[in-house]
Amino acid sequence: MKRIGDKIGQTVIWMTAAVIVLLMLLFLVMLTTESGLSIQRFSWRFLVTSTWDPVHLIFGALPFLYGTVVTSVFAIIFAGIVGIPSAVFLVYVAGNRLRTWLGALIELLAAIPSVVYGLWGLFVLVPWLQNTGEPFLAKTLGFLPLFRGMPVGVGYLAAGIILSIMILPTITSLTRDILLTVPNELHEGAYALGATSYEMIRSVVLPYARTGIIGALMLALGRAFGETIAVTMVIGNRPEISGSLFSPGYTMASVIANEFTEATSQIYLSSLYEVGLVLLIFTVVFYALARLLVARMMTYRKGGASE
Amino acid sequence: MLRKSVIFTAITMAALAISLAGCGTAGSNGVVKSTQNASGTAGASGANTLTGAGSTFDYPFFNKAFYVYGQANNVRVNYQSIGSGGGIEQFIQDTVNFGASDVPMNSSEVAKAQSAHGPVVQIPITLGAEAIAYNLPTVKQQLKFTPDVLAGIYLGKITKWNDPQISAINPGVNLPNIPIVVVHRSDGSGTTYIFTDYLSNVSPNWAQKVGKGKSVNWPVGIGGKGNEAVAEIIRNTVGAIGYVELAYALQTNMTYGLVKNKAGNYVAPSVKTVQAAAATKPNISPTDFSIVNAPGADSYPICGYSWVLLYQNQKDQATKTALVKLFTWMEGDGQKQAASVDYVPLPSNVEQTALTSLNSLK
Repeated sequence: MKRIGDKIGQTVIWMTAAVIVLLMLLFLVMLTTESGLSIQRFSWRFLVTSTWDPVHLIFGALPFLYGTVVTSVFAIIFAGIVGIPSAVFLVYVAGNRLRTWLGALIELLAAIPSVVYGLWGLFVLVPWLQNTGEPFLAKTLGFLPLFRGMPVGVGYLAAGIILSIMILPTITSLTRDILLTVPNELHEGAYALGATSYEMIRSVVLPYARTGIIGALMLALGRAFGETIAVTMVIGNRPEISGSLFSPGYTMASVIANEFTEATSQIYLSSLYEVGLVLLIFTVVFYALARLLVARMMTYRKGGASE
Repeated sequence: MLRKSVIFTAITMAALAISLAGCGTAGSNGVVKSTQNASGTAGASGANTLTGAGSTFDYPFFNKAFYVYGQANNVRVNYQSIGSGGGIEQFIQDTVNFGASDVPMNSSEVAKAQSAHGPVVQIPITLGAEAIAYNLPTVKQQLKFTPDVLAGIYLGKITKWNDPQISAINPGVNLPNIPIVVVHRSDGSGTTYIFTDYLSNVSPNWAQKVGKGKSVNWPVGIGGKGNEAVAEIIRNTVGAIGYVELAYALQTNMTYGLVKNKAGNYVAPSVKTVQAAAATKPNISPTDFSIVNAPGADSYPICGYSWVLLYQNQKDQATKTALVKLFTWMEGDGQKQAASVDYVPLPSNVEQTALTSLNSLK
C-alpha cells in the first residue's frame, strides 16, 4: 500500500517537472519552425541588417537588438546605482522596523503592472523629460554624443528610466538576500581589525558578495530584455540606430507587440517569429549565466574566503 | 492512513481528468455554433448568437450598433476586437461567423479562404477618415495642407514649420521657426494603410520609396502605439504633426488642418466631406476599393472603408438568415448608430452595392 501511494505521488511530481521542461522545448520548437521561412531567406544577415520594410519585404533585426541592449544596459546601470546601496542600507543601516517597511515598499514597486508603468511614463515622464529633463541634460552634458539631438521626450532615455524603475525591486531584494548570506565571522573579523562600518562594507562584504550581485544584475537584465508594454509606450518606436539617448528607438519585444496582429504576409510573420526566437535565446542565455554565477558564489561561501 | 492517501490521490487524478475533458468539449475560443442553440431556442427565426472578429477601428461602431440590434431582435453578437489581421485569420479558419478588416483580403488570402470554405463575400460596412492633427499653440488660424506638403513632411524633405512651401499656402499666418516633429502609428493598422495609400497616390516619390501598407518603413518620425499614443505625443510636443482617426480627433478636441482635395478646394474632415468622397465611387469592390484623393468639390481626400467578410455558402440556414438580417440592418438603419459615435455612415449608393453582395449568400 505504501509503495503504491508513493509511486503515484512520485509519478505526479515527475510529470509536473516534465511539463515545465516540455513547455520550454515546445516554445523553442514552435519559434524555430515558424521562423524557418525567414531564416531561409535572410540567414545570418537578419542579425546585421538595419532595414525593416514590411512593404518591400526586407527585414533586419539589428535596430531592435541595439534598442534592447541599450535600454537594458542603461536600466541595469541606474537600477544598480540605486538598488545596491539600497540593499546595503536595508541590511546594515536600517533598524528592524524600517527594514521590514522599506523592504515591503520596494517589493510593492514590483507589483505595479507593466502597462500602468507605461501609462505613467507616457503621461508623466515623457512630458517632464521633454520640457525639463532633456533640455537640462543637453545644457549640462551636451558635449557628450549621448545627449545630442532634439528632445522629444520619447526615446531611449525614457525607456531606460522606466525599465530601471521596473527592475529596481528585483535587484534590491536579490542583493539584500545575498548580503544576508555573508557570514558573521567576516563582519566581526573586519571590526576586530579596526575597520569602520563603511570600510567593512566596502572592503570585505561587497567583494565577498560580488559574484552574487553580478548574478542578480544579470537576472534583472534578463527581465529587462523582455519588458514589452511599458517600453513600447515611451520608446518612440523608430527602427533606427542612433548614438543619442534622446532619439527614438525600438526593441525586439516592442516590434512584436506592435506589428504581430496585423502582419499578414508569410515572410513578415516569419520574421517577427525570428525576432521572438532571438529574444528568447538572448534571455535564456543570460538567465543561465546568471544562475551559474549565483551558484558559484554559493560554493565559494562553503570553501571560505578564497578571493 | 496508507489507504487514505491512495484513495485521495486517485480521486484527485480522476477529478483532474474529468475537468480537463470537460474543458475540451465546451469550445476553447467561445464560439457557439448556431446548431447547438437552434434545437432549443431558435426555431424558424434563425440563430440567436453570432460571433465576429477583427478590426479595432470598427469596434466603437459595432459595439453600439450590435447592442441596439440586440435589444430589438433576440440576437447577441459577440465581436472580438483583435485587429484586422486576426480577424482575417479567424475568418479563414472559419472559427467566427464573420470577420472585419480595414483592408479587404488580398488575392492570396481570398484564395486560402476560398479553397477551404468556398467563395468569399466582402462588403463595406463603415467609413473612416483621417484628420491631420498638429500642435502649434501660437498659430490661431486653421492651417492648410496640400498633398505635396504632406508628402514632403512625411518624407523628411520639409523639416521646419516656416518652410516656404507651407507659408506659401498659408498666407498671413505667422508660422514659427521650429522643427516639425513627425508622428505616425507604430502598430500595424488600417489607419496607416489609408494614409500611406493617400501619400502613394499623390506622391510618386513616396509610392516608390515607401509604398502603402498597414506597417511601412517610415523615412522619418516617431511611432505611437494606437491613436491614444499618437494623440498624446502630438499634445505634448510643440511642433508635432500626425494623422488620427476623425472620430478620435473630434472626441478629444484636437486641432486639425484643412487638406487640399483633387478639385483644388481646402476641405476639413467631416461626415459631409467624407460621404461626398465616398459617393463619387459607388461601385467599389474588394479589389478596387481606394477612395483616397477622390474627385469632387466637397470630397475629403484621406478616407477609406472598413469591410465585413462573409462566406457565401453558409453551413446552415439559421445562421445564414441571422447574418443576412443583421447586416441588412447594419447597412440600413444601423448606419444611424454610426453617426452617434462620430463614424461616417455609408452613402446610399454604396449601401446598395453592399446589399446586392449580401443577397448572394446562400
